[in-house]
Amino acid sequence: MLKGYAGRILRVDLTNEKIVRQSLPAKMAQNFIGGRGFVAKTLFDELPPDVDPLGPDNIFIAASGPLSGQFLPASGKTHFGCKSPATGGYGDSNLGGHFGPALKYAGYDMMVLNGRAALPSVLVIEDETVSIRPARNLWGMGSLSSETRLKEEMGEDFQILTIGPAGENRVAFACITHDFGRQAGRVGIGAVMGSKNIKAIAVKGTGSIPVNDPKALLEEGKRAYRNVRAKPGFTGWTPEGTAGITDWVARVGALPTRNFQTSYWDQHAKINGAAILRELKITDKGCYCCPTPCGKYGRAKTGLGHVYVEGPEFETISLLGSNCLIDDISEVAYANYVCDELGLDTISAGVVCSWAIECFEKGLLSREAIGKDVQFGDLESVVHLLECIARREGVGELLADGVKTAAQKLGHGSEAFAIHVKGLEWSGYECRNAPGMMLAYMTSDVGAHHARAWVLGHDLAGSSASVHDLIVSEGTGEHLPKSKVTGRAAKVIESQHLRPLFDLLGICRLQFMELGFEVENYERLYEVVTGKRMTLEQMLSVSERVWQLTRSVSAREIPGFGRSWDYPPERLMNDPVPDGPNRGHCISRREVDILLDEYYALRGWDANGIPKAETLISMGLADVAETISQWACHETT
Amino acid sequence: MRLIAKSERCSGCGACRLVCGLTNYGEVNPAMAALSIHGRFPAPGVYEISLCDQCGACAEACPVDAIEAQNGVYLVNADVCISCGECIEACPHGVMFDHARLDAPIKCTLCQACAEICPRDALVLEEA
Repeated sequence: MLKGYAGRILRVDLTNEKIVRQSLPAKMAQNFIGGRGFVAKTLFDELPPDVDPLGPDNIFIAASGPLSGQFLPASGKTHFGCKSPATGGYGDSNLGGHFGPALKYAGYDMMVLNGRAALPSVLVIEDETVSIRPARNLWGMGSLSSETRLKEEMGEDFQILTIGPAGENRVAFACITHDFGRQAGRVGIGAVMGSKNIKAIAVKGTGSIPVNDPKALLEEGKRAYRNVRAKPGFTGWTPEGTAGITDWVARVGALPTRNFQTSYWDQHAKINGAAILRELKITDKGCYCCPTPCGKYGRAKTGLGHVYVEGPEFETISLLGSNCLIDDISEVAYANYVCDELGLDTISAGVVCSWAIECFEKGLLSREAIGKDVQFGDLESVVHLLECIARREGVGELLADGVKTAAQKLGHGSEAFAIHVKGLEWSGYECRNAPGMMLAYMTSDVGAHHARAWVLGHDLAGSSASVHDLIVSEGTGEHLPKSKVTGRAAKVIESQHLRPLFDLLGICRLQFMELGFEVENYERLYEVVTGKRMTLEQMLSVSERVWQLTRSVSAREIPGFGRSWDYPPERLMNDPVPDGPNRGHCISRREVDILLDEYYALRGWDANGIPKAETLISMGLADVAETISQWACHETT
Repeated sequence: MRLIAKSERCSGCGACRLVCGLTNYGEVNPAMAALSIHGRFPAPGVYEISLCDQCGACAEACPVDAIEAQNGVYLVNADVCISCGECIEACPHGVMFDHARLDAPIKCTLCQACAEICPRDALVLEEA
């Protein structure tokens, strides 16, 4: 029996209502560890050729890792995977909360859904009992309302995932919601769930996870909690959570503002972490076993209504706040709530709304097309657009496929300020003077997402300090010199291996990233749980293997995939930042190519950004190497 | 000593439940915990902790005297217990549980592990 794992994969063929339980292959656990690694391996092995991301043949995966559900800090991450409707390539997204641990206690490390249910359905997993039930009157209901209803019907012990109208209507940035405010937001994972006619997944598990040394886990777990508690960030970072970084991001000129027209906004203090504590917060809301809850649950009171909402977290503050020029934290929280209930990713939604408003300002979208006048800084404008998108009504039909597709359809130069990479909207850090972070966004396997690698501190503060240390660092927002573009790739790659480590193990990275909980601790925790020794270096080599694999999946799935898919939008290359600490700076197309050339060389990719066969073989991916020449566009220049 | 819940400090992480099962049964399984957390969401947005205050109602209800106080802590003698469930029914706080794999009901042993680990100090020990 594999220790540390539940030991089984649950496979549900929704079309034929066939349920299969399969042993978790030991080789898969060894070579891919768990979580994102399982997602990547499964997508590579099992995606049928030329599959429509929103067709029944796409695969929907949920996977935890060996440290998920274990007695150690923040062991609650679940990773979801699919062929992404946002990018057409490799897609994964994760959430905290309690779902993955519950799935594991029910006896499953991973769940794979194939096919499409004949009718809107709820998948219910209660230990050995797995059933597909009619969703009945839940279809059309909001994400939060659906979870409320299901908890009332099934009991509070169930951990529940839901989608909202956006997922039902297959919006390319529809999310999955869980525990009244945690989301797997990215890559359109909610749309894939909706395309399978699955409104909700409810799980309750009462089993034990076999571990190698329970006594050692008890001691090491306690030691880990004591360690985290002794970090300065435990009391310094936790109260505001991710929102606590808002002022620092503004101070270093990296705050997306007005659809990324600039990177500084002097109103940032109105929507920062302190504003949340002052105006919204009822309680801290933690994910599974998390000692430092970044979730701030509160009540937002605006002219449009009073709502309970978890958040906003920093990304939401950035994209629905500064990027839409909403300068009232209650209004940002209200827009957050609307996204949550409709089932929209707040990051992509903020980018799409700000793009639409800029199009209106420029006369590219008319009042008739949008249905009303819209403007930056106006909550009603944002809410109107969100409602249209989720229901694909009016201008929503244009916007619901994401900013890349919308700009391609609209044309008239609007592609230049459609802020995305590979079709995934850019998350909360403006990078025109942050070449490492720019490169991280460009080369992120799922598209423009910050969580794959985060080197902003290195770029703009010359520091690899924890986020808490950055937040409390000195600085006045003075003008920053232009950052050097050469020599950035190694740091980005280091981060692209380090961050996924947590995604493989099935835990939250914030204990390490935000508080400085030493990453070496996970060697010991992995050993007491699994009974196997794996050094940090060996774990990082698995991260690298997964990185090569996800790139290969996109190279296979996206026709013509290669270097051109790694470029940032023209605005970030051509338009110098107009004001703030990075005024005058941008990263030119030539400099972007320098970044990519260095990166590809270090990665062992060719000039088109395709992994070379020898690179794949050296990573233990001989099966990928054997076939990659059949579908990838290699360039040797 | 007695265990006190400060629910207003709880963030619902559930580490207390996991350490409870691990300490008392040597298993990674929150369903083997002798306390529970109730998230009241979406409204009013608070957590409520239910725990054993060693009131002894379980012992009074037990038809075979399988639950006895030792130094103020009521403990279940699994060798005597007949798994009738009377104690679970009688518990005023709803914090005695059965589990399919266990012969006797789960009950707080006042091992103090939850209070030791709670990162929020939502579970604290006080002199009785």
